[in-house]
Amino acid sequence: MPTKKQLSFEDSMKRLEEIVARLDSGEAPLEEALALFEEGSGLIRTCSAALDKAEQKVHKLLPGPDGAPVEAEMEEMP
Amino acid sequence: MNARPVYSVTQINNYIKGMLDSDRVLTGVFIRGEISNYKVYPSGHHYFSLKDEGGAIRCVLFRREASSLRFRPQSGMMVVAYGRITVFPRDGAYQLYVSVLQPDGVGDLHVAFEQLKARLSAEGLFDLEHKKPLPKYPKRIALVTSPAGAAVRDMLRILGARWPMAEAYVVPCRVQGAEAPAEIAGAIAWVNAYRLADLIITGRGGGSMEDLWCFNDEGVARAIYASEIPVISAVGHEPDVTIADYVADLRAATPSNAAELAVPDQNEEYARLDYLKRRLAKAGGERLRQERIRLDRFSRCRALQDPMTWVQDRRVLLDYQRDRLTHALTAALGEDRERFARLAASLDALSPLKVLSRGYAIARGPLGVVRSVKDAAPGDELNLKVSDGDLSCTVNGRADSPGKGE
Repeated sequence: MPTKKQLSFEDSMKRLEEIVARLDSGEAPLEEALALFEEGSGLIRTCSAALDKAEQKVHKLLPGPDGAPVEAEMEEMP
Repeated sequence: MNARPVYSVTQINNYIKGMLDSDRVLTGVFIRGEISNYKVYPSGHHYFSLKDEGGAIRCVLFRREASSLRFRPQSGMMVVAYGRITVFPRDGAYQLYVSVLQPDGVGDLHVAFEQLKARLSAEGLFDLEHKKPLPKYPKRIALVTSPAGAAVRDMLRILGARWPMAEAYVVPCRVQGAEAPAEIAGAIAWVNAYRLADLIITGRGGGSMEDLWCFNDEGVARAIYASEIPVISAVGHEPDVTIADYVADLRAATPSNAAELAVPDQNEEYARLDYLKRRLAKAGGERLRQERIRLDRFSRCRALQDPMTWVQDRRVLLDYQRDRLTHALTAALGEDRERFARLAASLDALSPLKVLSRGYAIARGPLGVVRSVKDAAPGDELNLKVSDGDLSCTVNGRADSPGKGE
C-alpha cells in the first residue's frame, strides 16, 4: 500500500483504478472495503482538485555563463 | 620549318592555357556526365572524370568547394558540373575545375537526404527497439524551437488547453540557416545534461525543403538519438518528413499535433475521474447493502431472538439422534453375524482337509508337490498326506496314462 499523501497524478489514477477493481471484485473484507472506499474518495478529491487548479506555467530557459539553466522572460508570448 | 619559331613545352602549354582562359565558353561551362574514378585525396581535393558514351574529361573539385557539397558524389552518379576548363601546365592536360556540382535530375538536397537516411538507417538510428515510450502525464516539457515562430505559440496554446498541469520550457534556438543544426543539437543535449524535462518536442512550422533542412542534419539526428529524454519531432506540415522524424521516438505531423500527442486531454481525465467516482460509489454502496442484508438475516434468526428455544430444539434433536444410532447399531450387528456364518461355510468347503477326507492324497517328492509322472522317478522317496496323517513311500515304477502327456 502506498504511503501517506502526495502521490503524483499518474500514481493517483493508477491507485484509484486498483481500488475500484478491488472493491468491484467483492473480495475485500468489510474493514478493508471501507478503508478502500475512503482512500478512493480522497484520491478522487485530490485528482479533481489538481485538474481544477492547474494553470499552465511557461518558462524560457537559456544556458547561463556556467551552462546551468537560467530563466528568461517570454517576451513575445501572447 | 626553320623560319617558324621553336617553343619550349612550358611556352606552348602557357599559350594553350591563355587561349582556353580567354574563351568565353570555357571560362564558365555546365557539363552533364557520369562520375567515374571518384577519389578524395588526403589534401581534401576531389578528383574524378565525367564521361559519356563518347569520351571523358578530367575534373578537379577543390577542398573549399567540396566542403559545401550537400551530397556525397560517387562513381556512377549522373551529375551536372559547373566550372572553367583550363590547362594544368605541369602535365599539359586540360581539365574542368569544378565550382558547383549537382546531381542530375533530382536536387542535391534530395540526394543528400536519401544518402544520410540510408547511412543512419544502416547504423540503426531508426530502429524501433531504440524508441523510448513517452510519459503518459509529462510534468515538464521542453520545446526546442524558435521562441518567435507560430509553431511555439500553437504548441503552448494546445498544451495549455489540454494539460495545463505540465510546465512548458521554451529552449530557444534557430530553426533555419547554417547555425540552426548546431543550436538544435546543442539544446537537446543541454536539456538532457540538466534533466530539464521529461519530454522534448523539437520542430518548426512549415517551409521550403531548404527551410526545414536543419532537421535533416546528421548532428541533430545524433542528438535526438542520444537523448535519454523521449523526443517528439514536429517539423513542417503533414507531408514533410525529415531525418529527425525518423530518429525521434514519435513523429508528429505538425507542431500542433505534437502538442496533442504529448499530453492527455484534461477533459478526458475529468470524464475518467467521474467514471471512477461512480464505480467507486456503486461498488461501495453495493458492498454496504450486502452487509446489511447479511446482518438482517442474522438478526431475524430464532436462535438470536429466543436462545432457550434453540436449546430445547437441540435437546429433542439429540434424543432423536440417539434413538437412530441404537437402531442402526443393532441392525448392523445382526447383518454381520449372518455374513460371518456364510463365509465360514464357504471356507470349510474350500479346505484341502475336506478334500483329503474324500480319499484324495497329496504326494510330495524331491521337487515338491507331485502333479505329473515327470515330477518323480523310480526310487524317489515320496510323502503322502492323507486326511489323518502322512505316509512315506518309495516309487517303484512309472507308467503314463494312455492319451495323456506328450
